[in-house]
Amino acid sequence: MRLLKLVPDNTNIGFVRLRYWAFGITALLTVAALAIVGLRGLNLGVDFVGGVLIEARFQQAPSLDAVRGDVDRLGVGEAQLQTFGAPNVVSIRLPLPQTNDEGATNRLVKNVESAVAAKYPGVAFNRAETVSGKVSGELVRNGLLAVFLAVLGIAIFSWVRYEWQFGVSTFVAIAHDVLMALGFFALTRLEFDLNIVAAVLTIIGYSINDKIVIDDRIRENMRKYRSMDMRALIDLSVNETLPRTVMTSLTVLLALAALLIFGGPVLRGFTAAMMLGVVVGTYSSIYVSSSLLITLGLTPSITPKKATGPAAGAERIGR
Amino acid sequence: MLDFPRWKVVTIWAVLLIGVLLAIPSLMPESTAGKLGLGHFPRINLGLDLSGGSHLLLEADTADLAKQNLAKMEETIRTEMRRGSPKVDIGDISTANGQLSFFVRDVAQLDAAVERARSQTQAVGVTGQRDWNVAVVDSTRIVMTPTQAGLSDSADRAMQTATEVVRKRIDELGTREPTIVREGATRILVQVPGLQDPAGLKALLGKTARLEFKLVDLTANPADIAQGHAPPGSVLVPYPGNPGGIPSIAVQRRTIISGDDLINATVDKDQNGQPAVSIKFNGAGGRRFAQVTQENTGKPFAMILDNQVISAPNINEPILGGNAIIQGSFTTDSANQLAIALRSGKLPVALKVIEERTVGPQLGADSIHAGVIASVIASVAVIVFMLVTYGRFGVYANLAVVLNIFVILAVMALLNATLTLPGIAGFVLTIGTAVDANVLINERIREERRRGRGIVQSIELGYKEASRTIFEANTVHAISGLIMLVLGSGPVKGFAVVLLIGIAISYFTAVFFTRMLAAQWLRRRRPTVLVI
Repeated sequence: MRLLKLVPDNTNIGFVRLRYWAFGITALLTVAALAIVGLRGLNLGVDFVGGVLIEARFQQAPSLDAVRGDVDRLGVGEAQLQTFGAPNVVSIRLPLPQTNDEGATNRLVKNVESAVAAKYPGVAFNRAETVSGKVSGELVRNGLLAVFLAVLGIAIFSWVRYEWQFGVSTFVAIAHDVLMALGFFALTRLEFDLNIVAAVLTIIGYSINDKIVIDDRIRENMRKYRSMDMRALIDLSVNETLPRTVMTSLTVLLALAALLIFGGPVLRGFTAAMMLGVVVGTYSSIYVSSSLLITLGLTPSITPKKATGPAAGAERIGR
Repeated sequence: MLDFPRWKVVTIWAVLLIGVLLAIPSLMPESTAGKLGLGHFPRINLGLDLSGGSHLLLEADTADLAKQNLAKMEETIRTEMRRGSPKVDIGDISTANGQLSFFVRDVAQLDAAVERARSQTQAVGVTGQRDWNVAVVDSTRIVMTPTQAGLSDSADRAMQTATEVVRKRIDELGTREPTIVREGATRILVQVPGLQDPAGLKALLGKTARLEFKLVDLTANPADIAQGHAPPGSVLVPYPGNPGGIPSIAVQRRTIISGDDLINATVDKDQNGQPAVSIKFNGAGGRRFAQVTQENTGKPFAMILDNQVISAPNINEPILGGNAIIQGSFTTDSANQLAIALRSGKLPVALKVIEERTVGPQLGADSIHAGVIASVIASVAVIVFMLVTYGRFGVYANLAVVLNIFVILAVMALLNATLTLPGIAGFVLTIGTAVDANVLINERIREERRRGRGIVQSIELGYKEASRTIFEANTVHAISGLIMLVLGSGPVKGFAVVLLIGIAISYFTAVFFTRMLAAQWLRRRRPTVLVI
């Protein structure tokens, strides 16, 4: 049986040679992502900004303007409407009622639901969520802190385990991945809620895996070929791991594509983010983290074979 | 060598077999599992985002609690100073700025008063710190301030009780498998699968249900009450349903009997056939009630719920035997809710809903359905892909990945973990890592083979080198998972749990299980060609 080989044996692609181009493109994309996030902002869900969210499934796709008008007539504040996965599934977001009255939110939800139901028979309400401003603030803080410290922890591990250059390059590359994901959400206006934080974490996880595999190979080759030029060594390492990179990325993309197409509207934003993450993570492993190692001045000579204490190399006289 | 001792082979198969068996109950509908007698086996819980239901996050009003503590201490000090001998004459007692302060009329008694106030404080925590600081200012004034340790201790105790009360009230509703857990210092998380209308639940939980019976102060002048003045020894309490017109009433400060003495409350009908709540007191409460009603026959008394009078009937006859009936303008529903609230004890502290989520069952079912279909398609695609790429070793990898999924489900069921939408993301990533581990091994074998090594040596080296890389990658991955588990909340945590379980298991299946299969194949067949 002839087996499938996606990447020919002994590839020798000059990745490192292209690194200045890659740096340029990366810088451009990063600035673009930052700009989009800064200018348009993320479409933060009620998890993060507080408020009321009602999700309605209509019999037929309604006109959003008409529904907005119906909700606005109730005088409950400015409603934000958005279709959610399918044209007949609409999420209605409202500000929290400004009172201390516990029942006010319930009445608000009931009001909106009955007003919409009166106008559109057969509408079903899938879910309703209310998050107070206090909780949403904490959710943002905890989520960000967890993500940031996780990335920092990885960087410290890489630094302690390998060389500091690996720590820095991994940190930069993962930060880049996260930024790209945020840019994607700012660009598409997909709702950014706590579930998406999980998607971003998945991106980080995938990216870490990818980077450690390549870093590990670089380190292995640094021991093997002590006098090799660093650029050639990185090219060699990336090329050696290329079949695995392509194979794994493709497999995961395949699985995610199935989830994207058949996984239903709830999973869609989530899956799209992860697919982007796989592409971006693979790219950043090759171009951001590996190439950055050269810029940071990593050379094989600074990884001597592990010394086992000061006396390891000393001469000894025995009986 | 690729030699595998028999005990290792047996252990690996045993672990996987147990894993698969334990995963099976989670994979079938609950009713089917029950029919097959598997109802008692651990199952994976589905999060509310997948199963539908209501999620409420409640927060205790600690300011209210501190206020209650102050009021209680005020009462204690009043009685202690009066009751002890010699009696200490105090005045100008006030509870402003979170402090209790009063002055002692006779300076000679100051030390005795401080001593008596101090004896009312308690040591809390490991350091033995007192819960109140007692200080003398301006030589005649005693100021009592709750300490930080005292405040957090009382909050902690209140939260413990509140969690229990919430649990009891929800159990009374008869809902299925609610989750009630304390979160952090001041919060309680309530999740009720299947509950679609959380309004009733919220109303039930929001009730502090502090029930008190007090005598109505008949000396009070209606004009004074209307102006908000109460006679000495009495307080004004709101009475929205007062047939007399004024929406408040003066009652004596002293509580005849409180909800603490209550042992049962049920829905009943009053003499007019209106819904009412019938209550039953314990022995001590019943005796006190009997005594007070004997002494005050013909006079009205007030039933006060959460500092609001719900009814103030006349005592027609002494109420002996510890049974009484609460009448008010109840509907059957509101009578039932009051009965539940009374029955499950009073909440020591007011709880506020700060987060509320309701997911319709249809949405949850759709998500699961779509998720399952997508997973099956994804799995088939990955399996075929691995097979055409790695042949025999692809079969091993596929077996490893499939078993991996089963074992993760089993471990989650054993740990009673909850699968949520973010958990599914963790699952996808885990499967990705499992596939990756196998890809790493197989690619490494190919590589070693290209370098001209023999079949056995290629496979051995491939496993050895790849295992190191997989270990490195998994360790880093696990570190990030641990950080998320410790720091994250909700979805981040759910994600981290699945991730950590998955990392450990995928390492096991990829490195040990497939290696064993490869070793057995090598030994049995002694292949001369390696197709990979």
